[in-house]
Amino acid sequence: MSAPTGITRVTLLKDLRLEWRSKDAINSMLFFSLLVVIVFSFSFDPSAEESRQIAGGLVWVAFLFAAVVALNQTWAREIRNQVLDAYRVSPAPANSLFIAKVLGNFIFVSVLEALMTPLFIMFYRLRALGPAWQLALVAVLGTWALVVNGTFFAAMSLRTRSREIMLPLLLFPISIPALLAMVQATTAILGGEGARFWIMLLATYDLVFTTVCLLLFETVLNAE
Amino acid sequence: MSCESCISDWILLKKAFPILGVLTAILLAYAFYQALWVAPTEQTMGSVQRIFYYHVPSAIIGFMLFFINFGASIFYLIKRNPAADMVALVTAEVGVVFLTVNLVTGPIWARPVWGIWWTWDMRLTSTLVLWLIYVSYLFLRRFSSSGETPLLAAALAVLGALCVPFVYFSIWFFRTQHPQPVMGGGGSIDPRMLHVLLINWLAFSCFAFLVCWARYRLEQLQREVDAAYAMESLRDPRRST
Repeated sequence: MSAPTGITRVTLLKDLRLEWRSKDAINSMLFFSLLVVIVFSFSFDPSAEESRQIAGGLVWVAFLFAAVVALNQTWAREIRNQVLDAYRVSPAPANSLFIAKVLGNFIFVSVLEALMTPLFIMFYRLRALGPAWQLALVAVLGTWALVVNGTFFAAMSLRTRSREIMLPLLLFPISIPALLAMVQATTAILGGEGARFWIMLLATYDLVFTTVCLLLFETVLNAE
Repeated sequence: MSCESCISDWILLKKAFPILGVLTAILLAYAFYQALWVAPTEQTMGSVQRIFYYHVPSAIIGFMLFFINFGASIFYLIKRNPAADMVALVTAEVGVVFLTVNLVTGPIWARPVWGIWWTWDMRLTSTLVLWLIYVSYLFLRRFSSSGETPLLAAALAVLGALCVPFVYFSIWFFRTQHPQPVMGGGGSIDPRMLHVLLINWLAFSCFAFLVCWARYRLEQLQREVDAAYAMESLRDPRRST
């Protein structure tokens, strides 16, 4: 195994182990999105026809807000004991660290989605009229879009005052096209249509933003 | 910066700035007169159409400034030139102001003409998203506490600029599937109206340039003052409080 992938693997396993033992991120994300589901179900009648129209937006808003909780914790843990500084002076490539963090967050948010989706289906009586396998594709591509940008901006907001507020301020505007694509694709599939265009758009978005984040991450990591 | 360039800079500012300021004021007044009295009244919309002479130039200038910001940010990422960073900062600030004017005048016009304040049309939505991205850019610059703010801001500017085609493309598809009862500025324009539009555009471009210049100079002075304070506290740590 070559060195960069080795570093990615070690960092990822370390993060997963930490999360497995503390369960901080996943618990707070789960509770948060549960609250969103319940509060929204108070504000309108979740009968089948109406909920089909808005469920796409609702699901993704819940996941987006919950993801911010995990993303904010990504780098905070590396600040303690100057771990990030140690990483900076080491010859390890910055992008290995970035990919490990992105993969870690991707796993956390995917676990959250897997746990929350049955709840959404139950509370809002959802049933996909369109091709359901496309929903899985939308979930993977959409989560990746959120997590890549989110991890990047979390690293960026490390150097700011009140960084927990800064992350959503930076992340949400840039994520609008991806969010629109996720919501539209989900609504289309639930309503019985295909979502080929939106999936293509999401895939392109993922490709472009992953590339640019990888190109710029080293600069951002070393900015001090 | 050498002292000679300091002095020449100062003379330039002392002499050229007021002259340009007066010229811009005259041009703005003339453009105002043209827009309100000389330009023909539109047949169906009436006088409310005159807001067009402010709405369109502010949009064009806002987009131009953001384009300059994008160029300056890339240049900064490659060369780490402080002047490029200042240009990026100034154009983002002034660009946000102009785009705000654009976004405010739009609904004022749309309410009597379309009957609605706002619609999620392609152009409106992409302008709004661009505005949001640049407001977040200014937030980053405001809240960033490290000395490497320019670098982070430049990275954000690049990502934000990349976002624009996606926004445009997605809204285009989104809205062409669900047509709205909204007509664009299609059709031909009266040459007299075009003439007034161009005068207004020129006047506001001069104004934007003037504001950018003043803001650039202010930022330059601010940085010199900060550097002087830093030097002072290095020299005599006890006096710096």
